[in-house]
Amino acid sequence: MPADSSGRPLRIVLAEDSVLLREGIVGLLTRFGHEVVAAVGDADALLAAVAEHGPDAVVTDVRMPPGLQDEGLRAAVRLRAERPGLPVLVLSQYVQRAYAAELLDSGDGTGVGYLLKDRVGHVEEFVAALAEVAAGGTVVDPEVVRQLLRRRRDPLARLTPREREVLALVAEGKSNGAIARTLVVSEAAVGKHIGSILTKLDLPPADDTHRRVLAVLAFLRA
Amino acid sequence: MTVWRALGGRGYLGSAWPWRAVAYLTSGALLGAVVLVVIVSGAVAGGALAVVVVGLPLLVLTALAGIPVAAVERRRLRLAGVAPVPAGQHRTPGRPGLPAWLATRLKETATWRELAYAVLFGVVLWPLDAAAVVVGAVLPLSMVAAPALVAAGGEAKVVKLWLVDTWPGAFAAAALGLVLLAAGAYALGVVAGARAELARVLLAGKDADRVTELVRSRVRLVDAFEAERRRIERDLHDGAQQRLVALTMTLGLARLDAPPGPLADQLAAAHGEAERALVELRELIHGIHPKVLADYGLHAAVADAADRSPVPVDVDLDLPGRLPRPVESAAYFVVCEALANVARHSGADRAEVSGGYGDGRLVLRVRDDGRGGADPDGGTGLTGLADRVSVLDGRLSLSSPPGGPTLLHVEIPCRPIPPEDPCG
Repeated sequence: MPADSSGRPLRIVLAEDSVLLREGIVGLLTRFGHEVVAAVGDADALLAAVAEHGPDAVVTDVRMPPGLQDEGLRAAVRLRAERPGLPVLVLSQYVQRAYAAELLDSGDGTGVGYLLKDRVGHVEEFVAALAEVAAGGTVVDPEVVRQLLRRRRDPLARLTPREREVLALVAEGKSNGAIARTLVVSEAAVGKHIGSILTKLDLPPADDTHRRVLAVLAFLRA
Repeated sequence: MTVWRALGGRGYLGSAWPWRAVAYLTSGALLGAVVLVVIVSGAVAGGALAVVVVGLPLLVLTALAGIPVAAVERRRLRLAGVAPVPAGQHRTPGRPGLPAWLATRLKETATWRELAYAVLFGVVLWPLDAAAVVVGAVLPLSMVAAPALVAAGGEAKVVKLWLVDTWPGAFAAAALGLVLLAAGAYALGVVAGARAELARVLLAGKDADRVTELVRSRVRLVDAFEAERRRIERDLHDGAQQRLVALTMTLGLARLDAPPGPLADQLAAAHGEAERALVELRELIHGIHPKVLADYGLHAAVADAADRSPVPVDVDLDLPGRLPRPVESAAYFVVCEALANVARHSGADRAEVSGGYGDGRLVLRVRDDGRGGADPDGGTGLTGLADRVSVLDGRLSLSSPPGGPTLLHVEIPCRPIPPEDPCG
């Protein structure tokens, strides 16, 4: 059953300083058929491991030794600059718009994810998000999207409650089909809502899911 | 080292202290004469010209003369080695500009106490300084010079009283002069010390020492408090939070394996509970010490607090990079408390956080369009924050007339941390 949501098997480098959690995530990813080629505990080791193994994707914590500040995020941004196209999923203990913004601004914004660490508890969602990122998608934690939407600025006031709901799901990186299933409506209805949202926000229409996500996020961050 | 301790120790005569005592008293005499001239001429000219209005600014200037005099006197205390009076007895004006500065200065007691000191200095103290120098140094020196005068002119009039025209008489006068010079050095040390203590007491006001110590201990307390918050945040993050995440992950995996039935339901319930605990813990940790403040600074942290507020908040800040940690922390918690009050009591539809850095100080304003009538003494929240701001020499003021709007104003003097400093 789980193999469906995990997509193709990936070779992953994992960086997480808590041993307990590191072992847990390794076990989880292995269970879903992925291979963790290196599991490290700090940012320098992460950079070294990526150089050595050339993985399909990187999963990293934000806060890591030695400074216990945002070394993981720094390493992620650096990796994306050095290796465009390397999918990176960043796990954060806190929802921070500033972290998400910095990460999404690195590279071209594709193949990148920012999730609250709690999401690893939803094992299937977590593995699905990783697969999405590895396939070049953009995943942003719903909590970040909710924070962005809470800044009720005027253009957003023009949206209907249903459109706001759809917008939140778009920003999380969901496809039209997934949004339709979540809201229990037809895909055509979702398409219509999205068209109307993009028009109201003066954004260019886009087919590609991640480009759509990026357009919406760029608008929300502005 | 003070002149008092030097007087008690050995080698006083050979040290710099007698010279410093003479320098202190001589400079006092010269300065006091100038002060007398300035104050008398300022008061006379100002009083005479008051009828034609131009005299009034002159009188105001004369009233303020105590401020520079006191500043110089505080610096001169170092000459006598007396513990300097802490500066900053004057308040910082609430607004920029000359009128606000004048109003503040003329209303506070420090200005008038310093003027009183300047008058005392100009009328009584400097003649005493001068007399001490003459008696303790000039007269003995003139006696020491007696042999030279006799050699040059055949006679010398010692201390203007005794005529000396013989060599034995001249050398006796010189010997007596040397003894008196040594005694005078000690006497001058005592006079300079007493004079400096008097200036210190008059310029400091009675509680200055105690206040200084209290301010210091308050700064220490706030620092300790801040360090403790960071430690608790770190311990919770490294300990309980990681374990809870691991627990939800284990429960999540267990749910995958459990066959549908009561066991799966119970696992789902346990999973849900663990997640709620995690959410609560995360909020708690955020309230103790937000990571975004440490990592990205005040602007990002205020934007983050604005995002969390149930009342829509506009943020308009102009900050030059990072500010010192205690300043960022105090400013952030003030904004959080203000926004919490806006959400709880004001009934406002909108709030705005604005401000920036300029003229060596951070200025923040939190404004809402609510019903006003906020009482700064009502809750301990703002009072505690005002204390925290005042430890940093800052000021917090609240204006909240009934019917609104409510405006909270915070000012903290500080310097931005240079951007190239990675430890900032």
